[in-house]
Amino acid sequence: MSSVRAIVAGHAALADGLISAVAAITGRGDVLRAVSGAGMTASDVTRTLERALDDTGANVVFTDLPGGSCTLAARRLQRERPGLAVVIGVNLPMLLEFVMRESGGAADAAAAMERGRDNIRIFDATNVR
Amino acid sequence: MSVELFRIDDRLIHGQVVVGWGQPLGIQFIALVDDEIAASSWEQELYRTGVPTGVELFFDTIESAVRRLPDYLADVRPGIVLTGSVETMRALSEQSGRVEHVNVGGLHSQAGRAERLRYVYLTPDEERSLKSLGAAGVEVTAQDVPTAAPVSLSAMLAAHTK
Repeated sequence: MSSVRAIVAGHAALADGLISAVAAITGRGDVLRAVSGAGMTASDVTRTLERALDDTGANVVFTDLPGGSCTLAARRLQRERPGLAVVIGVNLPMLLEFVMRESGGAADAAAAMERGRDNIRIFDATNVR
Repeated sequence: MSVELFRIDDRLIHGQVVVGWGQPLGIQFIALVDDEIAASSWEQELYRTGVPTGVELFFDTIESAVRRLPDYLADVRPGIVLTGSVETMRALSEQSGRVEHVNVGGLHSQAGRAERLRYVYLTPDEERSLKSLGAAGVEVTAQDVPTAAPVSLSAMLAAHTK
């Protein structure tokens, strides 16, 4: 079985870029596999994602945008894969939390999502002194 | 009229549509015209989750879209009428007589299609349908995102031909 525990699927080169950052920070880039929907029909995006899930045995997909084609593809695949977790709104802190955890199941996906959300902050005129 | 865009896009609802066009045009409704999706509540729920709050999503067959198009055109909110195929847009245009401009937004590589633009691949049938739209007086242009320059039908069909 591959070491891949989650697929990162997004627009253009976003997934490759995020995974390269995860690899640089943790050395655990091999826990994630990138999928891009660039230049594909909706059904080809779904097929590509399905193949990535089958190849790796991963049961978590991180996607970038709620209405994006990768998100819709992942949600479509959930119909036949009730064990698949889809996390929308991927960011780097989220992926770092995920790869540093051991099991890589849906519970880790939920914890990773929380970490990703907690790490979004703003420093502006209201809180900088 | 407040249908800002009649778009052909084989991904239907996706980032370019909801964000790329949707935000700058202030889109508040999308009419998704597709006979199969109009018959599948599961598919409809899927697309509904892809649309931001504040954007109303309608599902139409070709037949219901022809019937409701006058309402969409008269709607005070800016909207998009979206089809996944050239054929559906052609049917809507021919049966309603109310489509003035068609945006070819994305028809991606698949068997039988030849590349015209980076984001437009066409079968010979799709090419004929676009020409027939043009011949009927519909302005057909290709444009994936609002910041790109629109490409005329003749330039689109002349591109990448061997």
